Amino acid sequence: MQKHILNVLVENRPGVLARIVGLITGRGYNIETLNVGPSNDPTISKMTIVIPGDETVIAQVVAQLAKQINVFRVDDVTARPHIDREAILLKVSTRATGRAPIIEVAMLFGAKVVGVQPDALTIQMLGSQMQVEQFLTLVRPFDVLDISRSGSVAMIQE
Amino acid sequence: MTPYQPPQGRTGAQCVVDGLLNNGCEVVFGYPGGQAIDMFDKLYGSPLRLVLPRHEQGGIHMADGYARATGRVGCAIVTSGPGATNTVTGLATAMMDGVPLVVIAGQVSLGLIGTDAFQEADNTGITRSVTKHNYLVRSVDELPRVIAEAFFIASTGKPGPVLIDIPKNVQQAITFQPDVQDVAIRAYHPTIQPPPAQVARLADAINKAHRPVLYVGGGAVISGSCPLVKALAEGFDIPVCTTLMGLGAFPETSPLALWMVGMHGSVAANNAIQQADLVIGAGARYDDRVTGRIADFAQGAKIAHIDVDASAIGKNVHTQIPVCGDLRQTLEMLLPQLVKADRSDWLAQIAKWREAKPATYHPREDGKLQPQAVIEAIDRSARATGRPVVLATDVGQNQMWAAQFFRHTEPRGFITSGGMGTMGFGVPSAIGAQLGRPDALVVSVNGDGGFQMNIQELVVAVEHRLPVKFIILNNYRLGMVRQWQDLFYGGRHSATILSQDGRPDNERIVADEPRYLPDFVGVAQAYGLKAARATTLAETEAILAEAFADPNPWVIECIVAEDENVLPMVAPGAALSEMILDRDN
Repeated sequence: MQKHILNVLVENRPGVLARIVGLITGRGYNIETLNVGPSNDPTISKMTIVIPGDETVIAQVVAQLAKQINVFRVDDVTARPHIDREAILLKVSTRATGRAPIIEVAMLFGAKVVGVQPDALTIQMLGSQMQVEQFLTLVRPFDVLDISRSGSVAMIQE
Repeated sequence: MTPYQPPQGRTGAQCVVDGLLNNGCEVVFGYPGGQAIDMFDKLYGSPLRLVLPRHEQGGIHMADGYARATGRVGCAIVTSGPGATNTVTGLATAMMDGVPLVVIAGQVSLGLIGTDAFQEADNTGITRSVTKHNYLVRSVDELPRVIAEAFFIASTGKPGPVLIDIPKNVQQAITFQPDVQDVAIRAYHPTIQPPPAQVARLADAINKAHRPVLYVGGGAVISGSCPLVKALAEGFDIPVCTTLMGLGAFPETSPLALWMVGMHGSVAANNAIQQADLVIGAGARYDDRVTGRIADFAQGAKIAHIDVDASAIGKNVHTQIPVCGDLRQTLEMLLPQLVKADRSDWLAQIAKWREAKPATYHPREDGKLQPQAVIEAIDRSARATGRPVVLATDVGQNQMWAAQFFRHTEPRGFITSGGMGTMGFGVPSAIGAQLGRPDALVVSVNGDGGFQMNIQELVVAVEHRLPVKFIILNNYRLGMVRQWQDLFYGGRHSATILSQDGRPDNERIVADEPRYLPDFVGVAQAYGLKAARATTLAETEAILAEAFADPNPWVIECIVAEDENVLPMVAPGAALSEMILDRDN
């Protein structure tokens, strides 16, 4: 099932996030990642929702979101030219391998070491959905202790 | 008439009363409680008519029946906690059928929210998915705007219920904000004007169609499009079937009427849909009770869909010609683009299918009263009064027989819980309808199951001398489920036998109880209504004639055969062409 990235502009008010999330989950759809923050206009928040589903399901989600009173617009950016980025923080144990091989993989992806502990490294990585997945595939053989992911944010390039 | 002028500097509770008045509310259904006392205090002595239901669910259904019968916004006020949670079923019922309601709930004071205070419930959380929109009001200064927005949201686009949750300290706080006259909500712009290119595509499809069918739903009633639907049908020889919610949108006495479509639809409607080359959905949503098995629905037809709700289009059935917009505006744009076509072959075929009538039943040899015959008697007796008639129903077999055996000719003349299928809707919705339509003969058709789900509201009919005629089709059964058990579950009558006889072993009741409880005539009389029981058609007709001429509310209990089925029927998951026509096949 293809993942779709939805950009949703909503009024920045209490209760709006719960309404959007409840709408999606209440209809049996699954949210993979969700990111919310203020937009260019501080009274409007931009949500980026990554949601797996076929075209019919996504079209229905988009239509249901669009009719909410607090929603300005909904864009399925997936099929349009866009840039998407996700930030991840990753803590890897260095006990078994030492630091060098982990840093090598990180450098291949332009990731940065942002924390050093006696037996672990914390790495910051920024990339598209695809890059993040590739990076995770390569670091998983190491002893990964913890992962924090921001969820995708996206911007249409038209 | 000068508009009502609120005084300067007023409490939140006063804002509620002012807001209701300034938005055209004349009657409010209200049940008080600790966190709503301030609002009721301001209702005291106000020009608003206050009707006290005996349960909050009844109150919401009354507001709903009032709204459906009049087209106005129905209003209700309840208290926090259980008062608000009791409205959930009523909100869901209104949401499904697009009924405009504004429901105001008391809430514990802002500082107590989240502390599990006495009678605290998360009302906006609980009602989020059963309202078009809801508000928790955090400052009294927001309240005048919120009330105006609520009426605007409830009554525009696809209408629906709006809940406003008002903490007690917000009701008591003072504001100098005036009432809001012109509402503008930044992110809410319901689609009204249909895209002209799509209307042109629809016109082209209609002009080329040899076997078109109009499939008309509740949206035609809500948008006030019924005369245009008639013009479209009669002007261009297009037969019309309606959904349950669309009954009355097109006169069923017309030779173009196919009657109701779907699970209990007519032979004519279901055949016409299956044989059509163009299905024009107008304010209907192609729901599962209409389409039967989707894969086999109208296979030879192009599907067109006019709906104000973009999310309704393409949701269930693949749509070739979507038109998102107000139905009335769409039809106004469409009609001048149509040309007369010769559809005499199609109309001849329709006339043949129409010979099967909307539904039929076989006379019985055991002499038991048949529920279908009772509905036909209601139809005859009601028409004989010469008054406008509003038929309200409960849910189940009674509802389907009322749909099938009453000839629906007027918009807003049939009030029923279509989408939600809410038992207990029949009694209070009829009361609300009668309040809104004092001129009409309001008849409420119920089964013996649903009648007891809001039976307490009978007292309201007496108190306000609302001359509703409540009919109970008493088959001692929860009849629709009993029918499904007979057809699809090997006749295993689990929890559907309300009389003593015929119950399974694990539902056996104490042996020396009478055969059936309660005595509905006795209960009705205890509530102060006139009441009578009929066991034959002749008795039924005599009682109906007396009751319909009487200015008081009545309960008329008809003891009907326990094993009558609603037919025709399309079994769940079957295609519309696979109708069960009578009991033996």
